[in-house]
Formats: sequence, C-alpha cells, structure tokens
Amino acid sequence: MALGMDSAADVAARLGTTGYLADDELATVVFLASRMQRPLLLEGEPGTGKTALAEALSESLELPLVRLQCYEGIDASQALYDWDFPRQILHLRALEAGGQVDADDAEKSLYDERFLLARPVLAALRQAPAVLLVDEVDRADDEFEAFLLEVLSTWQVTIPEFGTVTAQEPPLVVLTSNRTRELHDALKRRCLYHWIDHPGLEREVEIVRSRAPEVSEALARQVVGLVQQLRTRDDLLKPPGVAETLDWARALTYLGTTDLDLASAAATLGALLKYREDADRVRAALDRMLAR
Amino acid sequence: MTLEHAADEVLLGFARALRAAGVPVTQDRALGYLAAVAAVGADDRQATYWAGRATLCASPDDLARHDQVFAAWFDPRDGLPRTAPRAASRPSTAHLLPEAEGAGGTGGDEEDVVRAAASAEEVLRHRDVASLDATEKRRLASMFVRLSLRPPVRRTSRHRRWHRGEVDASRTLRASLRHLGEPGDIAWRRRGTRPRRVVLLVDVSGSMSAYADALLRLAHRLTQSAQATGGTVETFTIGTRLTHVTRALRSRDADRAIVAAGEVVPDWSGGTRLGETLRVFLDRWGQRGMARGAVVVVFSDGWERGDAGLLGEQMARLRRVAHRVVWVNPHRGKAGYEPLQRGVVAALPHCDDFLAGHSLATFVDLTEVIARA
Repeated sequence: MALGMDSAADVAARLGTTGYLADDELATVVFLASRMQRPLLLEGEPGTGKTALAEALSESLELPLVRLQCYEGIDASQALYDWDFPRQILHLRALEAGGQVDADDAEKSLYDERFLLARPVLAALRQAPAVLLVDEVDRADDEFEAFLLEVLSTWQVTIPEFGTVTAQEPPLVVLTSNRTRELHDALKRRCLYHWIDHPGLEREVEIVRSRAPEVSEALARQVVGLVQQLRTRDDLLKPPGVAETLDWARALTYLGTTDLDLASAAATLGALLKYREDADRVRAALDRMLAR
Repeated sequence: MTLEHAADEVLLGFARALRAAGVPVTQDRALGYLAAVAAVGADDRQATYWAGRATLCASPDDLARHDQVFAAWFDPRDGLPRTAPRAASRPSTAHLLPEAEGAGGTGGDEEDVVRAAASAEEVLRHRDVASLDATEKRRLASMFVRLSLRPPVRRTSRHRRWHRGEVDASRTLRASLRHLGEPGDIAWRRRGTRPRRVVLLVDVSGSMSAYADALLRLAHRLTQSAQATGGTVETFTIGTRLTHVTRALRSRDADRAIVAAGEVVPDWSGGTRLGETLRVFLDRWGQRGMARGAVVVVFSDGWERGDAGLLGEQMARLRRVAHRVVWVNPHRGKAGYEPLQRGVVAALPHCDDFLAGHSLATFVDLTEVIARA
C-alpha cells in the first residue's frame, strides 16, 4: 500500500497541504506505517493533534475516514458487525406469505450480505483503501482489544454465518490513546508507536497560523508565548493543549483584539483553561506573565 | 554483500542492548525494526533513530531508554559501546535521600539523580510523616496523587442486565414483542452493586497535630478518587468539636482543599473529648443514615481527656450502626507500641480493624482494607 507516499518528506508535504504540520519524526513514522502496513499507535497529552492526524491523512490522501470512537463497554457488535434482526424477520415473513418455503434455502438467504450491518471496522475493510481511526482505545475494556487483534494483524473479519471478509488493500489504521490505562502488550506489538509531545514555540506559531489564518502573526506569537509559559508551570490541573491555543487565538480575534493585553486575556481565559482553580491561579499571575 | 550483513548485525545488536537496558524487545519487534530501517534507508542516521523509537518502544519510559542506548551504541566514545547500556541498567541504591537538590552534579550523572529520586520516594513512602521536614512534606504531598480508593460495594435489591446469571424474563419478553413475538435473544440479569459510603473521622487535637495535614490530604485524595468512581466519602474532624469538612475537601486542588478545611475547623490542635464528639456525630449524623451500612474510619491516637467509659459506649453504638469500623492509630506502627491509652483500651473491643497510619505505605494498606470491607 504505497498510497502515493514514497518518503517521509512526501508525507510531510501532503499533510502540509491540509494545514497539518508534522515534524520529521511523525512524518517518518506515518511513512513507515503505510509502507510496513502496520497500525500506528499515537499516545500523548490531550489536545496535541492525535485525532487531527487521522483526519488530515484522510483528507490529503483523499481516502474515506472511518472513525470508531471507543468507550467503556463497547463490544464486537458495535465495532465489527451485527445482523439486522428485524429485517431478517421481515424477510422470513415475506417468504412465508409467498407460499412454499424450503427451510434450508430460507435459512441460507437470511445470512446474506444485505442483512449484515457493517460497523466501523468492517466498513473500513470493505471500503479499503481507507483511513480507520480507532479513537481513545484506552477507554474501551481490555477484552475489546482482543477483537481488534485479528483485524489489525490479518486485515480480515471472520463472521461465523457468513464467511471471512478480507480487505482488498489494508486500511491505514491510526489508534489513539490518552494513557488512562496501559494497553495490552499484544496490541502494542502489532503497532508502530509514537508519542506526540506539545510542539515548540516556532512550530506552534506555525500551527496557529496555518489552522487559523484569520489570526494575525503578532497575536499568534503572543498567544503561543503565553501558552508555552503556562505549560512550564506545574501547578495547573490541566495544562492547555494545542486545541485550546487555537480556540483562544480565535476567541481573541473574534473580539477584535490585535494586541494581547490584561483585559482581553482575562476576559477570554475560559477558552484556554477549563478549571476554575486553574483560571484563578493564572488570572492572578497574568500581568507578570504578559510583562515578560 | 558483507557490508549489508554487518548492518543487520549492528541493528540486531542494538535491539539486544536495548533489551538488556530493560525495554521489552521481542523477536517480532526486532524484525519490525529491521524492516523499518530498510524502508527508510540504513544510511539515514536520523531516520534510523526514529524507526527505532516507533518499532522498539511502547511507552514514554521506553523512549528515554532507547535514546540513551542509541547514543551509546551508535557513537561509541571510548570504543566500548556495550558497556554503556549495562552500566545504565544497574540500579544504584547506595544513598537513601539526596541531601539537597544541588547535589545532582554534572549533566552526565543525570541518570543517577533520577534513580536516587526514585529510591528516595520509596524511602519517603515508609517514613513517619511526623518526622518529615518541609521539603520532604512537599514531595510526599505530590506522591499522594497516586493513592486511589476503590470504593467498597454492597449488593442492591435491583437487578442489572448482565451477559450471564439468571434469565431476565421481562426483558426477554419485551424484546421479543418488539420483533412481533418472534423468539430472540435471551436477556440475563444479576443483582446490582452500589458503592458503600465511607465516613472518615479525623482527630485534629494537639497530640495528633503532626499528622493532621497528612490525614486531611489522605481524606482529600480518598474523596476525589471515590468521586471519580461514583462513591462518596464523608469527612469530619473530631477533637473538642465535630466539624463537617466534606464540602471543603471536594475542591479538586489538594492545597486549596486543606486550607479551606483548616478555615472551617475551630478546634485545631485543641484538646480531646473523643467520646463527646462521637456522641454528637452519632446523634446528629450517624444514626440518621450517614453511618448506616457505611465503612467508618476513625483516625486517632486515643488520648482521651474526657470519660473513657463514654467513648467505649459510643464506639459500641457506632459499631451497631456501621457496616465496619476501622481504627487507625499513627503510633500503632512504631516499635514498642502497646495499646494502653485509656481511650484505645475502651474503643478497641468495638473495632473490626486496628491499623497503623503514620506513613504513605500504611495509608495504601488502609485503602485496601476499606476497599475489601
């Protein structure tokens, strides 16, 4: 599955066209994932662009994006496939109404492709080539990881009544995790691993400029400078991620701010910090941080 | 040809060195590494580095180890690349607590500092919190974050759906009605569980003042982690008066919560009238429902100024209402301690558990006892 990506630089350039700025390491890992046909496991702080990478990949490669949002209690019938039971019953009733029914034929016709409800994973295998995003896999129970194992190593789903569905071409799989629990080693072994960190000052300014072009260069620089200062403080309950930086820069621009000052920063702090304790702390130190 | 062979050997040797340094590198990971390097080109040093991080590592800890071994393996300064990872994997446990933050030394010893800090944490876990200085207290406070409580559970009369157990007839019937009376899947159910309430009674009298801060921190931590799992923890301070501090401890930030609790407690470091305060607790809160079926934990050294008989009486009353009564005494874990104080002697017959509570390690044990109650 080359997908037209021949080198890491090529990957970075393609992602760049959608406004997603990947550093060299991330570009190399994405390139390897597509070349080695391995899923890509992304971990990192919330708001560092893990989900955005999958979206950018599907957009730049012009492939459909199939998203599987994991949650506690998710099971195979919600992720892989399910049978459309009411339709099967209707079908049986229709056969009965039509007269002479051969039991074997009727049963066979029940497990037909048209009664198969394709959930995200099966949908991705059928639509291949596609980008499959398995989001926040750490939220699912450990048992669920076992369901993913077969798919992620052989690119096929076995349905007992129907047979095996195999992908024509393996999808590009991105798994994301916020590390609320440790994933099983068997799953990790099948994946390429990448830890996404908060970007540095220059890169974050670039990201703000490319994602939110309406924000002026000067404002972007001020905003990012302040956010980076905040991330070095260790007393915040939730340090802001890149997504929050973007929100804040946009909020300031909508208010017509061109130069970050105490009043406008304090008024829009809610876009950046989502805990009252954090907001109070930062508000108290804001004038000192702005003076820097 | 020989050159290619040598490249494979170098890469596999690196994978082995990484395994020696503690990264769980399996055979398939090593093969994946070779394939990845082949894809990016072995002549590209930077790409080889990234390929190693992507294929051989599985957690942020692994990444740090990989970087160290990579540096040692691919630019050998002294011509003996193999010794570097070996040395890095040997734990140095010689010193217990680093004297000061400045004792770290030069950049090359960074690894040693990290390891020393790790062992220092281990030491701190077992130290008596009353004997800590301000710096150690601050460090210990940050370690409280890792403490968590699995709330104890009780069975309820309501059933919940489950994938096995007894047949849930009504749900099965309703599901089959939806499908025009066709028999469908059988639904199952089992008895549900609910978290039990945990009530903490913290003695803040003068004789307990050295432990009050740590105990409130513990109470805050338990309150927070129980909240996350749907349980409730209620906290009262006892001394000469009874004060309900749960509301103050609900603030997410530990330092703020403790300051807020300190503001509402009027009898900080005062005398001890355990029996009377316990009676007030039972009259005003406990008997009405707060202590009913709950796990009640009393943190006190048992130095009773008032009538020990009253304390015994009230403890007996508490025992009858509560599901389980746990007494935590900070002096219990110390050598030569015997439960001779009048208060302890009066209260002990009415307790289910009598635990030590002077260090973080004993607090962890306490959370286990509560969870299993």
